[in-house]
Amino acid sequence: MELGTVVFYAVAALVVVSAAMVAFSRNIIYSAFSLLGTFAGVAGIYVFLGADFVAAVQLLIYVGGILVLILFAVMLTHRITDVKITNRAAGRLPGVLIVGIFLALLIETIVETPWAKAKQIVYTPTSAAIGDLFLRNYLLPFELASIVLLAALIGAVVLARKELKG
Amino acid sequence: MEIGLTHYLVLGAIVFCLGMLTVLTRRNAISVLMGVELILNSANINYVAFAHYSSGGVDGQIYAIFVIMLAAAEAAVGLAIVLAIFQLFHTIDVGATETLKE
Repeated sequence: MELGTVVFYAVAALVVVSAAMVAFSRNIIYSAFSLLGTFAGVAGIYVFLGADFVAAVQLLIYVGGILVLILFAVMLTHRITDVKITNRAAGRLPGVLIVGIFLALLIETIVETPWAKAKQIVYTPTSAAIGDLFLRNYLLPFELASIVLLAALIGAVVLARKELKG
Repeated sequence: MEIGLTHYLVLGAIVFCLGMLTVLTRRNAISVLMGVELILNSANINYVAFAHYSSGGVDGQIYAIFVIMLAAAEAAVGLAIVLAIFQLFHTIDVGATETLKE
């Protein structure tokens, strides 16, 4: 087996195992920290797919931003020392059954479908092309994105602030 | 067997199903949000994989960046709502909270 193949399977295993930890762990702190493995592994998958800019964005926003937000929320909302099991789950057996059937159907579809093939698979730096498209074809979504982020920023501050009584 | 599009799509499907399982079975609101993040990540894997193997351009990567941006906004607002619910009810069990007001 080639070295690249081995590394791909290692990264994919990291993603799947840590995602399974998120789904099955009994402690919410473990769940939150194994989310780090999933996000970093997905960034590695992007590198395999030749998407260098997206991989960097994934690391910056998911690992640096969203994960820290989630950890803060966990620490702020849980009296961790109070209860042994902080991350309860209900209806796990039917859930696993239904999701398992769904996964089998998805994989069946993926394997059976004849996907379109690109003329040639290239590995080139993408940031210049992405910046060009953002300011040309995708200018309106790009500007809308900034408004969405501003609205989310203000909304989060309004929702999370302490209510002043009296 | 050479690594191809199918491998990435299967990986995306597995991560999607684990995220859906998290959303369906967890009782803790923050865990449900973690499941949503897993689902968004699996969609992103598919976008970038198709951009690499099927279209050959970077449009798929741009959609992935938009999804990451919306995920950041969603996480900020969602966790703010979770904090507001916790201040009000002193629990974030999704089964115990039915209203946003006292």
